[in-house]
Amino acid sequence: MFAQHIMGLSGLVAATLFIFGLKRMSSPATALSGIVVAGIGMVVAVAASFLTLADLPDAVRPHLAVNLALAALALVLGGGWAWWRGRKVGVTAMPQMVALYNGMGGGAAAAVAAVALSAGGAESAVILAVTVAGALIGSISLTGSVIAWAKLDGKLDKPWRFGTQRIVNGLLFLATVLLGIGIIAFFETPALPVLAVLFFAGALAFGVMMTLPIGGADMPVVISLYNAFTGLAVGLEGYALQNPALMIAGMVVGSAGTLLTLLMAKAMNRSLANVLFSNFGDGAASAGGAEVHGQMKSSEASDAAIGMRYAASVIIIPGYGLAVAQAQQKLYEFVKLLQAAGVDVKFAIHPVAGRMPGHMNVLLAEAGVPYDIIFDMEDINDAFASTDVALVIGANDVVNPAARTDKSSPIYGMPILNADQAHQVYVVKRGQGKGYSGVENLLFYGENCSMVYGDAQAVLTQMVQAVKDIGG
Amino acid sequence: MTIDTSMTWLIALYIFILAAFTGYEVISRVPSILHTPLMSGSNFIHGIVVVGALHALLNATSLFAEIIGFLGVALGAANAAGGYVVTDRMLAMFKSSGDRK
Repeated sequence: MFAQHIMGLSGLVAATLFIFGLKRMSSPATALSGIVVAGIGMVVAVAASFLTLADLPDAVRPHLAVNLALAALALVLGGGWAWWRGRKVGVTAMPQMVALYNGMGGGAAAAVAAVALSAGGAESAVILAVTVAGALIGSISLTGSVIAWAKLDGKLDKPWRFGTQRIVNGLLFLATVLLGIGIIAFFETPALPVLAVLFFAGALAFGVMMTLPIGGADMPVVISLYNAFTGLAVGLEGYALQNPALMIAGMVVGSAGTLLTLLMAKAMNRSLANVLFSNFGDGAASAGGAEVHGQMKSSEASDAAIGMRYAASVIIIPGYGLAVAQAQQKLYEFVKLLQAAGVDVKFAIHPVAGRMPGHMNVLLAEAGVPYDIIFDMEDINDAFASTDVALVIGANDVVNPAARTDKSSPIYGMPILNADQAHQVYVVKRGQGKGYSGVENLLFYGENCSMVYGDAQAVLTQMVQAVKDIGG
Repeated sequence: MTIDTSMTWLIALYIFILAAFTGYEVISRVPSILHTPLMSGSNFIHGIVVVGALHALLNATSLFAEIIGFLGVALGAANAAGGYVVTDRMLAMFKSSGDRK
């Protein structure tokens, strides 16, 4: 009984620290300490959970030694692998690691539900229903997140679709829900194991089927949605286990994640339903776009660099291509040369630059760029018209004027950075291909736009050298 | 003397709704500069599922429960540890220009 109260109070402390930590993570000035606070909460929660050893039913005692050894082994293996892997991946790979770890959380929630179902003796139909709902959501999150990870990591390149996909997915989901209801109705009968296996198989399959048709450009929104799903699943399993800390932490993540998802979808001017169910980026849609007028002009990197050196103001728009080329360090070196010459340099970050909102900010921070010269789209979009030079590096869809002008374009209506309004635009691009969404970019054909072809790292190296050659 | 600590569904509903509002409020005024770290941070927080998995494993009385419980703890631990490391790495990069001088 005493142990039970200590566990309960520890859960309260942990939940409080999680919320406090999350709040501190909401501001750049306090973000770093926020994750530490939340980390302390996690340690408290995990340590306290071992107090359950003092209060185990008699039926468990013969298994105690094995269970304890398995628990320690699982903590070391799972935690150690993830810690090592998280330390090892490059910054560009972090969004997909978020997806992978999120999937693991969903899998853990589903596993908790599976154990609860196999143990029998549910106290009420409500708890049983909540357990099954958590299992469904956790399983979908597991497989959906793994697919999202594979897409972001480039292991799955194209959306996979077939004609009656929505009908098939709907039927699969309905069948899985019916199986879940069957589990509740036939609990503690011989039919339970079969129903449970089919139920879990259906839920896992639905996670795959739901995610495969979604285009790569929408993957950040999907990952955020699955993050919210996992939070919800954890909250539900918390209720099944009568653990308020899990309920609080899970539901906080569920609602915070849902809001983040909606904010991201809004930034792309797309409803969540659109992200999940439409065929964004289909070739047919792109082909239907308006015919492009004008032609691309190219510039040498050194000419572009000198143009910026003598400009009064430069706005830089970094995109994922910059990150892939790992050129942010070289870019900042170039920026410092411009600043030393009195040029007013700013960075303009589109909400979905990089592979995830805030991802580009993280990449620039890695290179040492002070965050107070990094601006959000809504704060800087009006400045382009009075800016001498806009430098676009590895960004594509987020500067495509077709989003404003071409009603037939799949990205029509998506808020974009007004790079085309700058006096002169330079676009650093590896080649003449289309961007992530597969849509033709009208900016490249503008009167005031010049293309600088080449790998971002090489181009920026040439730019730095050009500025130094004229006396720095 | 025995104290009943079990939850009625109504208390559970209170907890869920208040937690949902808390999550909404925490995120509602976040600059987009922190969207990815916050997603990663909230990913870390639902790693507390490892506590539920530990409970399931430590109470296991069948081979099936031990195997699935083990899997749950390993996955939950990976979620918590990995989520923490990735978030910490992202946030370690945020320094103002004032700090750097």
